[in-house]
Amino acid sequence: RLHPGQPLGVLDGIPVAVKDNFNTAGIETTCASNMLKGYIPPYNATVVQKLLDQGAVLLGKTNLDEFAMGSGTTDGVFGPVRNPWSYSRQYKEKNPSKSHSENEDSKWVITGGSSGGSAAAVSSFTCFAALGSDTGGSTRNPAAHCGVVGLKPTYGLISRHGLIPLVNSMDVPGILTRHVDDAAIVLGLLAGHDPKDSTTIQDTFKPFELPHSIDIRKLCIGIPKEYHVPGLSSEVQALWSKAADLFKDAGAKVIEVSLPHTPYSIVCYHVLCTAEVASNMARFDGLEYGHRADMKQSTESMYAATRREGFNDVVRGRILSGNYFLLKENYENYFVKAQKVRRLIANDFVKVFGSGVDILLTPTTLSDAAPYMEFIKEDNRTRSAQDDILTQAANMAGLPAVSVPAALSKRGLPLGLQFIGRSFQEKQLLTVAKWFENQAKFPVIHLEDMKRHDCSDFQHQKSVSSL
Amino acid sequence: LASWLPVVGLEIHAQISSNSKLFSGSQVQFAAPPNSLVSFFDASLPGTLPVLNRRCVEAAVMTGLALNCSINKKSLFDRKHYFYADLPAGYQITQQRVPIAVNGSLSYSLCIDNKMSQMVTKTVRIKQIQLEQDSGKSLHDDARSQTLVDLNRAGVGLMEVVMEPDMCCGEEAAAAVRELQLILQTLGSSQAIMAEGQLRVDANVSVHHPGEPYGVRTEVKNINSIRFLAKAVDYEIQRQIEELENGGTILNETRAFDSRLGCTVSMRDKEGKQDYRFMPEPNLPPLILYDAKSLRANMNHQQVVNIDWIRERLPDLPSVKRAKLVELYGILPEHSFTLLNEDGLAEYFENVVKHTQMKPKKVIGWILNELLSFLKERALEVKDSPVSSFLLADLLNLLERKEISSSAAKQVFKELWKGEGKTPLEIVKEKQLELLQDQEELEQICQAVIDRQEDEVGAGMLG
Repeated sequence: RLHPGQPLGVLDGIPVAVKDNFNTAGIETTCASNMLKGYIPPYNATVVQKLLDQGAVLLGKTNLDEFAMGSGTTDGVFGPVRNPWSYSRQYKEKNPSKSHSENEDSKWVITGGSSGGSAAAVSSFTCFAALGSDTGGSTRNPAAHCGVVGLKPTYGLISRHGLIPLVNSMDVPGILTRHVDDAAIVLGLLAGHDPKDSTTIQDTFKPFELPHSIDIRKLCIGIPKEYHVPGLSSEVQALWSKAADLFKDAGAKVIEVSLPHTPYSIVCYHVLCTAEVASNMARFDGLEYGHRADMKQSTESMYAATRREGFNDVVRGRILSGNYFLLKENYENYFVKAQKVRRLIANDFVKVFGSGVDILLTPTTLSDAAPYMEFIKEDNRTRSAQDDILTQAANMAGLPAVSVPAALSKRGLPLGLQFIGRSFQEKQLLTVAKWFENQAKFPVIHLEDMKRHDCSDFQHQKSVSSL
Repeated sequence: LASWLPVVGLEIHAQISSNSKLFSGSQVQFAAPPNSLVSFFDASLPGTLPVLNRRCVEAAVMTGLALNCSINKKSLFDRKHYFYADLPAGYQITQQRVPIAVNGSLSYSLCIDNKMSQMVTKTVRIKQIQLEQDSGKSLHDDARSQTLVDLNRAGVGLMEVVMEPDMCCGEEAAAAVRELQLILQTLGSSQAIMAEGQLRVDANVSVHHPGEPYGVRTEVKNINSIRFLAKAVDYEIQRQIEELENGGTILNETRAFDSRLGCTVSMRDKEGKQDYRFMPEPNLPPLILYDAKSLRANMNHQQVVNIDWIRERLPDLPSVKRAKLVELYGILPEHSFTLLNEDGLAEYFENVVKHTQMKPKKVIGWILNELLSFLKERALEVKDSPVSSFLLADLLNLLERKEISSSAAKQVFKELWKGEGKTPLEIVKEKQLELLQDQEELEQICQAVIDRQEDEVGAGMLG
């Protein structure tokens, strides 16, 4: 098709990967859970269909935390995902083996999550772009840890039809690429109203190209003071300041702003997330599809055994919490209260964006990627609460946000910074992100085992748009 | 027992008459092969999302308007959670917080003392109408210890009509439901055939002493016909009175009506009170309805439901039709009830009137006495009557023109029922039932008879 100049689309022949919580017709879709092991969906998610219609080549389904619950991609039934940077020259140089006997393997770091598989796939050059999902930061977090671009679009811009939901009111399909321009291209192919998803906006979406030369002097960048959270590493703190100065020196207005309800967002998120999870997981009863326990005593006992066997502890924990919050006697105090707090959090952003700020600049993660052995010392709930803190307010407010690789840490691992924009202003958001990307000049990963390729080939990797 | 006041409220589920289901595109059809009308969404396949069916919204608005409700221009959808084999998603999408219509009323009529001579009009308040999904069907096969699940019905649109406890006995409940049924059928928003499960009624029953607060109520389910509704309600009222008079208490429970035994039986609920953990349905935005004032020119009219547009196109409701029949034809109000009560009877009557010189007031007697009793005897519907309205009109014309006597007419009518394709005139000729009109001829015949049988005084054998 490419030869006679008749490609199906911009992505014809381009390899992509898709997180395993998107339905792919005829291809097993598991959500990294025993509940859906062997489940072969009869339909494609809208976003998957759009990629395939372009001629994109689906290389595979990527690993995740079970049902997208987690911030490390360590809690799925297929096991944890290793961050490709664990095997990079940059990381190994900074973390030499102390002794011969020390297992190199024990030092590998996590990808972040829950879209860790997709981030790793893009980071290690196995594909041009990957789909993730983002509910509390699940695309941006692994993007930051894996040194790739992770875009969370505005809620309602991209169809969720076929994305197995975690929190229907916060989920969005996420886009992971190595460059901001590529993210813009993929966004252009995926965005737009889908009649099958009643939460997508009706307005016609106009795909855009990002400008080559960008003038940021008219921009106002906001630095939310509440994002100086206690666990923030000094490294990330310094990087954040440096970035702010970068914008200032280039002529943009950089001011401190306040999003006062930020401290409440984790708890609010916990209530709303678990409540929706409890509801969304109710369909997994072993009757119509998926795992069914070999329990014939009664329907109830079959349900109970199926759900015990099919779900991991993280999922079951959230279901129990969620059902608790939805009980009649608790509903007002928890669910409704949390909805009100959510409104306040969203209003914080409205006020700030309404006062002349165009883009917010924040860190994406507290620090660089933790070694797996360290990470698993705390449970999923604790980790999620810690790691989501900088990313999930954007999900509460439905705003677009993108993590851009900024620099390497002292340990030779990627650090990303986050930009948050106004609803449906992805063009402006990505333009600013691209400007920053050009300034940051984030290094290419030097993967040691890539003996056949000279890594310098990839140093000046151009994005698809210039091919 | 005059010291007890029974209180009856109703929750009626009417299946919406639409081509496809409430939130998915699969077809709505009665008695299709099991699991042949199930979309991915109906089966709750992960990742599927609900999309609201416009026709179902219109049906609910029509019904709300016909029941004098306020239509909520903004209504919301909620999830009601419970685990059951015929509820694939583990929750039903319904409208618990803000339903589509509220605060209406329904007028219905009863005959006093079963005589059809005195009718009294009563009103029941309509609390609300909400849109919700129907569940699938479970068939319990106890012999093989299994349950068979058919999801054809899962997701079909329902209107739940809640009637306040303004009724006091089985007869009132039955009459109210009958009137609702007629209204739904007239609107076309539901075919409301109870035998096909398109109209399901649950009754809430309690009793109390006048001046005291309402008693504990029970919910009676599994009522399959209007007749059984009256029986079930009356039985339950009696049961509660007897229980209380004997010093017992009434449990707030669900009971099933056993039509064979004619009684209600406790459906012992193992878990006690269910907490449905209601939660807003996050995949459906609020349902916004418009009227002539709020509608703007730039709106896509395909995406918009206009209440005023629907109101302007409402057909004549049964009460209006009855009033018109009474006014047009001078028949009694109770006659108009019977006419509308039988499917097609009013049209039949009107057609006969159109084609005969006989006055409507006389025609109605033939319709309600002769025709209807023949139909009932043979359990036939009006549309299956072997005697068409044209044939009856012909017959009545003969009678009106005094070509036959009224007893002869009845004989002819009986013959017509055999459905042998003969016209009334042919039967009259065949059986020599003509009345002689000519005075002279009559005199001649009489004389001949007298002459032939001189000692016979003979009552008018030609009379």
